[in-house]
Amino acid sequence: MTKLPETGSVIDGFRLGEMIHAGSMATIFRLTGDEGPLPLVMKIPRLGPGERAVNVIGFEVCRTVLGAVAQSRHHPTLVAYGDVETTPYLVMEHIDGVRLDDWLGRAPMPPEEIARLGTAMALALSDLHRQDVVHLDLKPTNVLFRSNGEAVLIDFGLAHHGHFPDLLAEELRIPLGNWVYMAPEQVLGVRCDPRSDIFALGGILYELATGRLPFGHPATVAELKRRFYRDPVPPRTLVPSTPPWLQEIVLRCLEVDARDRYASAREIALALSTPAEIPLTERGSRERRAGLPTLARRRIRAARFAPAPCPPPSTEPQVMRVVAVAISPQEVNEALRVALRDAARSAIAADPGCRIACITVVPPAATLSGVGEENSATGRHINRLIELRGWAKPLELPEERVTYHVLESDKPGAALVDYVRMNDVAHIVIGAPAAGTLPWRFGGAGAQVVGSAPCTVTVVRPRSEG
Amino acid sequence: MLDLVEQYGSKGAVVVLGNHDAAAMGRSDDALNRNALAAVDWTRAQLGPRQREFLASLPLTVAEDDFLFVHASAAAPGQWIYVSGPREAAESIDAGGAVYVFSGHVHEQKLYYTGTSGRPMLFRPVPGTPIPTSKHHRWLAIVGSAGQPRDGNNAACYALFDTERERVTFFRVPYDFGAAMRKIRAAGLPDRLARRLERGL
Repeated sequence: MTKLPETGSVIDGFRLGEMIHAGSMATIFRLTGDEGPLPLVMKIPRLGPGERAVNVIGFEVCRTVLGAVAQSRHHPTLVAYGDVETTPYLVMEHIDGVRLDDWLGRAPMPPEEIARLGTAMALALSDLHRQDVVHLDLKPTNVLFRSNGEAVLIDFGLAHHGHFPDLLAEELRIPLGNWVYMAPEQVLGVRCDPRSDIFALGGILYELATGRLPFGHPATVAELKRRFYRDPVPPRTLVPSTPPWLQEIVLRCLEVDARDRYASAREIALALSTPAEIPLTERGSRERRAGLPTLARRRIRAARFAPAPCPPPSTEPQVMRVVAVAISPQEVNEALRVALRDAARSAIAADPGCRIACITVVPPAATLSGVGEENSATGRHINRLIELRGWAKPLELPEERVTYHVLESDKPGAALVDYVRMNDVAHIVIGAPAAGTLPWRFGGAGAQVVGSAPCTVTVVRPRSEG
Repeated sequence: MLDLVEQYGSKGAVVVLGNHDAAAMGRSDDALNRNALAAVDWTRAQLGPRQREFLASLPLTVAEDDFLFVHASAAAPGQWIYVSGPREAAESIDAGGAVYVFSGHVHEQKLYYTGTSGRPMLFRPVPGTPIPTSKHHRWLAIVGSAGQPRDGNNAACYALFDTERERVTFFRVPYDFGAAMRKIRAAGLPDRLARRLERGL
């Protein structure tokens, strides 16, 4: 038996500094010395007599998943690892950030702040999910925020990676993971559904919004299974100032059947960053939990609860592919509006599952000054939205397939490119200037989008202008 | 083909006997259908004394360190049992007594592995992705068929094991199945044997 590592020990050339975490599965040390460009930590699993076998497997899983995912700002970079037989350890990037649980004391938080944190977490999840990775242990202690607001997910010991054998997929007697945030299907041992992380995210958002846990602290498996039929108290009942859009998002994430939740984390990021645009359902205005008759019915059904099948791997980018259409403000050229609409129709025909994002860029509100309602910043913003809706109406798309966005920026080109990046837009349609006229529509924005948007760009010019 | 395998064998490659090899040597095999028997008859006619001797010398299993190589199930190597599910995989792993069992017979690439409960689970490998395979578990790799893939993909199958880093990688490579089809037809063998190569069935 080797002696326990402590501050000052040297393992494979790495010198241990301060111990920053001692958990049931592992201890974590800062590393000292100038090892390279990244500040590092070493995570040493608690292996050995008396420790749980799942610790060994968790170590292997963590190594495999972190070693396989593309380097990103949303999880620590794995730098080195030791042999599980002799010197098990992982050397990873030290994330300098605030752990979400440090902020839980501030709940209920203002909705805008929850939206910001939630968007960051959803983007981090989306980054994992598109690589066929499901975290499966999302909880406030596993989320850090960098100073620039980006979320970083840590601890991949329970994660599932679709490209590797799932060493934790066993008939487990006791559901593995944090019971507070665990999705119903995960309780039953399903480990391949990214929507399980979406449920956990919903639990976290609920906690931030209300200061309470949606399903309490279950102590037994029977209590854990109550979430199969017992819905959480609506956040607005606990904190009346909760806006309906936030309650809508939270409760949709917490749906029992994974198919009733958001299909992808990307959609949650979009909903949280454009709260005014999301369609509200009964969830948003719900005032109380289900009554006894409903509860009784659900409870009977819950006994036969069959989890939704996991979505096929590597499909997230295809789930609701986003096609953006940039419609310039003060558009007077009807021929171009029609041509843009025709291009949108072609995109819809090519991918009937896509979502059309109608975008217009206006100068920032601060530079707008006007008298009267229609000239105020809000008034003009609303007018733009009405214009966009008018443009999209002939497409006859169902409400959830089309969204409207008025971006405020002095630099329309940059604003559009940012939008494409942030929202994983697959295809953007923009109007060309009339042939022979200068400058380009959007004041050069078109050229910038063609030049730097990381997606397909279609430039539309009406025939009559040729 | 056989001469090439023999060459590799003489340089130290592991070669084990398969059911078609055994059939070509005259051992009867009830599992073979009419088309397969036609192929076996053709093969038998092609074999010279040297090739017969080579086939006769082949073992059913080869055990080396942590590895066991076998054509079908290690539970009864001469009975050509198909490892078609976790139960058969468990039997083969238990009988193999090795950390890693490599086999074929089933034409699709599969990886069975045991966790803490000891019950094998099935994983369908992603071609080209190295899979860490630590000795804490036991593994049964079905490397797939080089000559007759049957999963709807006509690319040939093989796998590599990296003993240094303890990981296995499954591969798929396109090959000139058109030439193989022409040769099968030229030999007067059943057309179905040629057609299935194109569709990987």
